[in-house]
Amino acid sequence: MSDLRELYQEVILDHNRRPRNYHAIERPSRTAKGHNPLCGDRLTLYLMLENDRITDVGFEGSGCAISKASASLMTEAVKGKTVAEAESLFSRFHELVTTPPDLPAKTEGLGKLAVFAGVREFPARVKCASLAWHTLKNAVEAADDVAKTEDEAR
Amino acid sequence: MTKLADAAVTFDVQKVRGDFPILAETIHGRRLVYLDNANTTQKPRQVLDALDQYYLHANANIHRATHLLSERATEAYEGTRATVKRFINAADTREVVFTKGCTEGINLVASSWGRSNLRAGDEVLVTWMEHHSNIVPWQLVCEQTGATLKVCPITDRGELDLDAFDRLLASKPKLVSMIHVSNSLGTINPVANLTARAKAAGAVVLVDGAQAVAHMPVDVQAIGCDFYTFSGHKIYGPTGTGVLYGRAALLDAMPPYQGGGDMIASVTFEKTDYNVLPYKFEAGTPNIAGVVGLGAALRYVESLDRSGAQAHEDALLAEATARVRSISGVRILAETARRSSVLSFVVDGVHPHDIGTILDAEGIAVRTGQHCAQPVMDRYGVPATVRASIGIYNTGDEIAQLVAGLHKVREVFG
Repeated sequence: MSDLRELYQEVILDHNRRPRNYHAIERPSRTAKGHNPLCGDRLTLYLMLENDRITDVGFEGSGCAISKASASLMTEAVKGKTVAEAESLFSRFHELVTTPPDLPAKTEGLGKLAVFAGVREFPARVKCASLAWHTLKNAVEAADDVAKTEDEAR
Repeated sequence: MTKLADAAVTFDVQKVRGDFPILAETIHGRRLVYLDNANTTQKPRQVLDALDQYYLHANANIHRATHLLSERATEAYEGTRATVKRFINAADTREVVFTKGCTEGINLVASSWGRSNLRAGDEVLVTWMEHHSNIVPWQLVCEQTGATLKVCPITDRGELDLDAFDRLLASKPKLVSMIHVSNSLGTINPVANLTARAKAAGAVVLVDGAQAVAHMPVDVQAIGCDFYTFSGHKIYGPTGTGVLYGRAALLDAMPPYQGGGDMIASVTFEKTDYNVLPYKFEAGTPNIAGVVGLGAALRYVESLDRSGAQAHEDALLAEATARVRSISGVRILAETARRSSVLSFVVDGVHPHDIGTILDAEGIAVRTGQHCAQPVMDRYGVPATVRASIGIYNTGDEIAQLVAGLHKVREVFG
């Protein structure tokens, strides 16, 4: 049960219940879709870019608490950041959720995203936490493909 | 009622549990509650021993050598064929083809029968509750031949729409392929009746029995179908094993599915003659040990009081259905009374994946997701479901633990 509380922290449950930036953006600079075929999670991400800076971001879709909260917290974290800053945040986030649970979690610079450290105990859920980020990466790289999580470490 | 009580007396679930060593596993500090039997079943000691004995005392290639080990291996492998024939009441062992699973059986028929019998303008009829493995092979062969795939709708109760079935038969599909027991809903289709209707309309009929064989007696001659497929791993046997039953007249007329060793009578660069049934469809060295294990699994099931086992499972399913339904916010998909072994449901405001994680922390294994049946999910307007599926070794206590686990879900999610 203690591991479960680590996973389903209050911040995550809150963002699952009331996801932030949960809306489409009219005439977005970029959109991308993400899909996790394992559990059927789907999301659409909308980005407004101005001079390489993410000025607005929104998402819609359906998914589990982890994927929805991750998308919600991600939109808060990257709004106002440059694309390079967002990408660096993704690298640190990815490292956080894939670091083996017996090693210390590196949460520096992650702010609220640090609540996802608990995902490390649940390898089957890493894909849920990273779906939104893979989708963001596709959006900024303007890849047309649906972001998939197949390549994710399990 | 008396009948059910009698059956329950002769079926001893604790004795059965003792045959499955894995049920003693500890999962996150709790005793395993395995309710993912529609995904794959656990294996009894009898199957594990058969695998061991095969590799310790008989391992060799089959049909190919004069030495004693090869004789033993061939005998064990062909012994399973005789067991399968008896188990599903096929008319002849020539009608029993070993595959790597139900999926391969359907692909074999789609490729071999489909490509040589379907033409542009022909129709293939499947149902809305098919597993992807009984949809995609037909889409592939329809693409190749120009035939059209038709789909029989289902009702809100999760039953086939029989009026629609008859209407669709009116346009004379060449083949009807349908699931015996739905893996995502648990619905038992009246396959004997449906087969009779389809055959009266002139169709060849395939029945996908993956979710049926472990839970009810199957008699392919009584069903009257042309093909019947199932997987070994869903009936307490090893993964990578399966059976395609086909009526000899049809199998005889079909071209081989794969070419290679063991499926030939003679090979020259000018001409190759194929082997007789069923070997024509078993190219290459098969999963010999697995097939031997499958034989042990079927004999194990035969050794049980089968009507007692079925009554036991049905009683657990009824209990699980009633208790899960009474939890607030739960919606059960498919409330049909004709259901076997599968309880598929959603909980308001909590995604199935989260429920799966919370139940796992309680030691309870269920499946969450689309169950390889995306059209069924779309039909009910859900992205995924939680599926608890029952096997012969489950108990009323385990159903109670599932219910307690679902209350825990409510606790976590508030």
